[in-house]
This record gives sequence, C-alpha cells and structure tokens, in this order.
Amino acid sequence: MLASILASGLAAGAVYALVGVTYNTMFSTSRVMSFTSGQLAMLGGVFGSMFMLKLGLPVIAGLVLTLCCCAIIGIVTEFVAVRPVLKNLDQHLYVLSTLALALMIQQVAAIKWGTEPQPFPKLIGWGNGVFDEKFWLPVAACIVTIIGLEYLYRRTLVGRAFLAIAEDNFAARALGLPERNLRIASYALAGVIGGIAGFSGGELLLAFFANGALLNFYGFVPVALGGLGNNRGAIIGGLALGLFQQAANFLVGGVFSSVAVFTLFIIVLLAAPQGLFGSATARRV
Amino acid sequence: MTSVTATPARKEAPASRSVLSQVAPLIGVFALATLLPFVSNDYWALIGTRAAIYWVLVAGLNLVVGFGGHLAIGYVALLTLGAYATSILVAGNVLPPVPVFVALPIAACVGALFGVIVGLPALRLRTFYFAMSTLGFATIVTQIALAWQSVTGGGIGIAGPEFSAPFNTAWGFYYLCLGFAAIATWMSANIGHSRFGRALIALRDAEVAAEATGISKPKTLISIFLLAGALAAIAGGLFASLQTYITPDAFTFDLSVLFFIAILIGGRGSIMGPLLGTVILTILPEIAAPLAAWSTFLYAVLLLLIVLAIPGGIAALLDFRNRRPLASNRAIVPRPAALADIQRKSAGGRTLSLRGIALSFGNVRAIDGLDLDVQPGRIHGLIGPNGSGKTTTLNVISGYYASKGGTMRLGEDALPPGMPALRAARGIARTFQTPRVIGEASVLENVMIGGTIEGQASFVEALLSLPRSHRDEHMLADKARGLLGVVGLETLADVRADRLQHSELRFIEIARALMLDPDFLLLDEPAAGLSGDEIERLAGLIKAISRRGTGVLLVEHHADLIFEICDEITVLNLGKILAAGTAAEIRTHKEVVSAYLGA
Repeated sequence: MLASILASGLAAGAVYALVGVTYNTMFSTSRVMSFTSGQLAMLGGVFGSMFMLKLGLPVIAGLVLTLCCCAIIGIVTEFVAVRPVLKNLDQHLYVLSTLALALMIQQVAAIKWGTEPQPFPKLIGWGNGVFDEKFWLPVAACIVTIIGLEYLYRRTLVGRAFLAIAEDNFAARALGLPERNLRIASYALAGVIGGIAGFSGGELLLAFFANGALLNFYGFVPVALGGLGNNRGAIIGGLALGLFQQAANFLVGGVFSSVAVFTLFIIVLLAAPQGLFGSATARRV
Repeated sequence: MTSVTATPARKEAPASRSVLSQVAPLIGVFALATLLPFVSNDYWALIGTRAAIYWVLVAGLNLVVGFGGHLAIGYVALLTLGAYATSILVAGNVLPPVPVFVALPIAACVGALFGVIVGLPALRLRTFYFAMSTLGFATIVTQIALAWQSVTGGGIGIAGPEFSAPFNTAWGFYYLCLGFAAIATWMSANIGHSRFGRALIALRDAEVAAEATGISKPKTLISIFLLAGALAAIAGGLFASLQTYITPDAFTFDLSVLFFIAILIGGRGSIMGPLLGTVILTILPEIAAPLAAWSTFLYAVLLLLIVLAIPGGIAALLDFRNRRPLASNRAIVPRPAALADIQRKSAGGRTLSLRGIALSFGNVRAIDGLDLDVQPGRIHGLIGPNGSGKTTTLNVISGYYASKGGTMRLGEDALPPGMPALRAARGIARTFQTPRVIGEASVLENVMIGGTIEGQASFVEALLSLPRSHRDEHMLADKARGLLGVVGLETLADVRADRLQHSELRFIEIARALMLDPDFLLLDEPAAGLSGDEIERLAGLIKAISRRGTGVLLVEHHADLIFEICDEITVLNLGKILAAGTAAEIRTHKEVVSAYLGA
C-alpha cells in the first residue's frame, strides 16, 4: 500500500505542482492570480485526447498541437481578462474577469467535448503496476519543466527579463524592457506549462471538463502554501499535497481526503497567510 | 445629545426624501410580483418562486459581496446545507421528524454557523484566497452529500419538505417565498443602511481608516456571515420544497455563479441592483430556451462585460443624482465657531505621553528613544526632514506599529502597543497623509463612519429596525451634518466622495475624526496640497479644535503653519529629537535652522 500511496501521491502531486507553477508564471509578470490556470491543465488533457484519439495523430504531433493550443488560450487570457483590468490592480477585478473566462472555457468544453470523462491514450507504454507510466509520466514532466524553467531563468536573456519584471515592474520598464510583450510571452509560457500538466496527467485524470475546477483548487493550494510567485514552494507544496491527499485517500476514504486537504489549506493559511516560504506583508499605513 | 447649527426642519426633508426614493423601487418590484398570478400560468409561478428563493439567498450574500467586498463565490454550499438540513429534519432520518416550520429555523441556525465557518478565512485572507476557500468548501459539501448515504440518501437523494395548506399549491408556495423574500429585503436594507452596513463598506474600501475609527473587523464580519448563512439556509429549505426531491446534482456550481453574478451585475453597495440582477438572471435562460445549455456561458460573458465596461453595475447606471455636475469654483469655508454648538462629552484633561519609544524596520532605526507629551488643549507640532520618523510616530501612537521599546501613557493609564481598533474608544482620532475616504459612499456617510462606535443599537436591533437603531442613525446623521458645517462642506453632503477635490477630502477626514469628539487629534500633513487661503482657514479650524480641550499633534512640512499655530514643537532628525520647545525657541535654534529650515 505504501508503494501505491507514493506512486499515486507523487503523480497527482506533480500535476498539482505544475498547475501551481502555471499560477506563478502568470503572477510573476502581472501580479494577477488567474482562474484559468486549472482550466489550462484540463485543456491539456482534453486537447491531447482529441488530437490523438479522435483525430488519430501521433503522440509528438498531438503534444505539440496541444501545447500550441494551450499557449494560445494563455495569450487570450492576457488579452481578454488581464490587460483590461491591470490599470486598477488594487480593485482586484482580475478575480472576476479571469473567473468569467475560466467559466466560459469550462462551459465550452462541457458542451463541445461532453460531460463524461473520456479516455486518454497510452503515450509510451513503459512500466506497469506502481511503475505504470501514468504515475511516472507526470513526475518526469515536472522534472523536465523545472530544469527547463531553471535554464530559461538563469541562462537566457528572456528569462532574466522575466525575473526583472517579476522583481520590480517599474524599474524593469525604466530599463527599457518591453514589459507588455514579455507579459504576453509569460502567459503563453504559462499556457504551455498548464498544457504539460494536463497532457502528462491525462492517463491519471482522463480528459474531463470538470478537472478544470478541481485543478484550480488543488493547484492553488501549493501556491498558497509555498507563497505567491515562489516556484520552489509550489513544487514542494504540490508534491506534499499529493502525498497527503493520497495517504488520506487510502487510509480514511475519498471524501474525507478532500475534507482533510481543505482543512489543511485553511489552517495553514490562517496561521501563515503569506505561505510557508513567502515573505512578510507589505506596509499598510 | 448634540445640537447643531442649522434649523432641524430644513435638514429632515432631504433625508426622508432620499429614504423614500430608495425604498419606492423595492416596494414597486414586490407590488408587481404580487400581481403575477393574475397575468400568467403555473409555469411562471415556478420561475417566480425560483427567483424569490434565489433572492432570499442573494439578499444576504449581497451584504458579504456587495457591501463587504468579500468574493464568496461558493455560496451554493450553504444552499445545499440548508436544503439537506431541512429535508433531513422533516423526514426524520436522524432525529424524530419535526414540522417544516420548525425545521426551517433550525436549518437557519445550522446555516448561520457554517456561514461563519466559511467566512472566517476572510478575516485573514485576501480576495483570490478567500474566493478559493469558498470554492473549496462548495466542492466538499457536495462530496459529503454524496458519500453520507445513510443520512442524505447519497446519489439517490432525499424528498424535500412539504408545506401544508395554503402553501401546497403553486401560487400558495409562490406567495410564501415572496413573503420570505420581502422580509429578507427588509432586513438586508436595514443592515445596509445602518452603521453596520457603513462599517462593512468602510472595511472594504478604507480598512486602515475604519480601524482608526474603532470599527472591529471580526465583530462586523461575523455578524454579517451569521445573517447571510441563515438566509442562505432558509433559501435552501424552500428550494428543497420547490424541487420536491433533491440530489447533490441539483446544486451545481452554476447556481453559485448565478448568485455571485447577480450581485455584480446589480452593483456594489446597492440592494435594488442585485434584486433586479437576480430576477433577470433567473428569467434569462427561460426566455431564450434554445440557449438553456449555454446559460452559464451567458452568465460568464455578462460578468466579463460588466467587469470591463460598467464595474458599477445596474446601480451605477441608475445613479442619476451623481451625474449632475458639481460647481467648479467651490471654496471650502470652515466655520470653526459652529464647533461650539456640539457639546463636548469627554472631560479630557489627560496628557498623552511617550517615553523612550523605539522602533526599527530591519536595520533602520525609524524612531530611536522618542519622548513626547501632547497636552489637552495644546497644539504640538512634529517636524523634521523626510524619513525622520514623524508619520511613524503617529502610527505608533495610533497602534499600527507596536513599538519595540518605551512606554505610552494616557493620563495615568498605559496605552498598549498595537491594536489600532481600540484607539478610538480611548479618545484618539487621526487623519492620514493620503486621505483615506470611501469613494463610493456619500460625503455624509464618510463622516458618519467616524461615529460608528458611538451607536447604541445592537446588530439585531438594526436588523429589525427597532427604535434605538433609528435614534442612532438620527444622532449620527445630525452630528455629521453639523461637523460638515464646521469644516465647510455641508453643501456637498450627498455627493459621492470620489467626485471631490483632494483638498476637500482632507477636510472630510478632519470632520470624520471629530465625530468621536476626540481628546487627541493626530493630523498627518493636513495642509499638503491645500492652497494658501485654505491653509489659513485650516489653521483657524485647528486652533478652534484645540481650544475645546482637544490635544492636537500636527505633522506638517509648512513651516509657516507650524510656527503660527503650535504651542510646542518637537523637531525630529533620523528618529531622534533634534530640538524641542516653543515656536520662538525652535525658530532660532541653530541646528534646526541649518538642518531643516534653511538660513
């Protein structure tokens, strides 16, 4: 049983962690938390299943097309739901505008794709039991994404520009960085990461429209626990959440595992509103 | 308690007229609703009943979302809870069966309890976090309803409660729900227009200022969550009866979206707007039958359009009064003499003294061993270059920062560090460097906020509009009008505060601070942004305030103002006292002149 808990916990945790990184990627350049993060991961599964099972494309083509579609949805988020409300960030209108867009995405998926979970194809076919690819694939995707992001942020000019904007938007603009284009790029990147989460977790979660709302919540928990914009926190938090949830699932049953996750979420946030790895509050007066 | 300058008769008229203009449309909607049976069939009875039930919930949620600004998007959870609680109590699955009119109040209590549990995170968490926590709660309630088969019937469901005659026909039940809706409207309007409603808006738009006037965030929010939870649970009981049979599937997240969006379409801080929003959103999928499957999509599009195009919602569209242009050449002419008409209640006579106060931010010593005495009836100036710790000192006194060393005393009593919400009750009021007023509230309401803690009526009295609540409202409104006269803004009393000029906002803040008739008034750069004439009038006003026994601590950069009105002056530099003494001493103090005033 321990092996099952570890395998399914790490797999689910990796998906949550990736959704958390999606949140953070959008947040870093715009200071906006977007309800579309979980929907992007849902679309990763739905598009993947559509391209590979419905249209019969090979895995690589399916993956590339899925990620392109998710990137486009990410860019649409920036144009439709984020840019118009950035002027008055303090009014928090983004909560409503991104919620509206997320609901639209979910409703279109429900009507056009169907409200029943649909299967996701086997991608590689290595391993079985607790080493089945549906368990190790999300973990592998998570590792690859982390390495990719580390390379991007540390070694490339664009990545450093992302960091500069995340650190101090005004200073970055004063240096002449094309803030708007970088923001669009970061939303496209967020779309790709969300797509990877959904695609790699497709066999685990299936292609199901309601995954969006679920992943919105389970992906946000690690962000909240780890602190906004902190990718390391999100990944540790995501994996811990997955293990905790699956352990509760095996030990006390499905319903109580979600109650346990919710209780944990509320307690940690009430005790440490900035997250466990976050920094102190801004000055109020 | 207070008597005010202008004749009372002239002031009453606009107040009662504005109440009438707010109540009339609500009564109109309900009058139209009672006529519905005579012009339509049972199909519309169902839709009308549904709208009435939704409104019972939205009326309460409106106080949380519209007035309080807390983005509770998972309120379907409390509807579910109320529906199951009522059904289970009537069916007798757990306890012996009870009649439905007993079950509803019990369900309301359960709802109120869970309303607080769901709402508690709002005390600590901001916007997106709180939205997420209500969303998480909504998913859990549905899952529990599914899994707890012995009680809820799981996926198979449970029969809803049945009402006895005369409420067992379609129209009978319609009138019952309409009655509940009317009561819910009346209650939420009572709260919305009482000091509790204003306190909610103040916590939403100017939390720091609300704390300085002594508004307790936990108390206010918990009362509101109790009410909203109870109303939602009653709506749930009625909903279960309307459905006749409930399963977890009946409570989709779409319902939550409907409730939430109805409020946003209606507009913040309004009751009429969300009422119309609820009715429109309930009817919308019915008149566009082919679009029924797309109803959530439509709601979402509406939400996006509202947020991007008219963030004020229907209420802002209907607010004609605030579109009339204001006179452009307004001058603020305070009448300090009118202060004499407002009786002083506090004996005063105590000294506010700081000894050895120290505070560091990281490695920066913002204040380093500060001694300061503010005496009743005297004006104490606090000056110094930028970053010398002037505003920080005010923030320590008003409790936003807890000093790391030293003591503060008020007369004989120690003033505990921190706890800003307790300062108002001790007679300490303040203004802010950037005025913190509620843009969406009227000037009068902004000033009335200052007297919130003087209200006598409890939340329940305000809810039921009992006499003591009326007395509070009259007392606060009269006093606020009087003080607006004192600062010279009485002609703008009914204007939305965000339409005013910067200098006018400064005077609103002073009027708000005076509502408590404070023993000590802390002014943070009140003259910044004022014209020369206005500064002179401000000087007269401050002197008049201090003559009434209020000790004034004035942080200011205008040296002329400081030397004109201050009895004592303390000069700070890098968190330490550079000099202290009378105006004449400071003006000739060598180091002050070279460091700060210039030769």
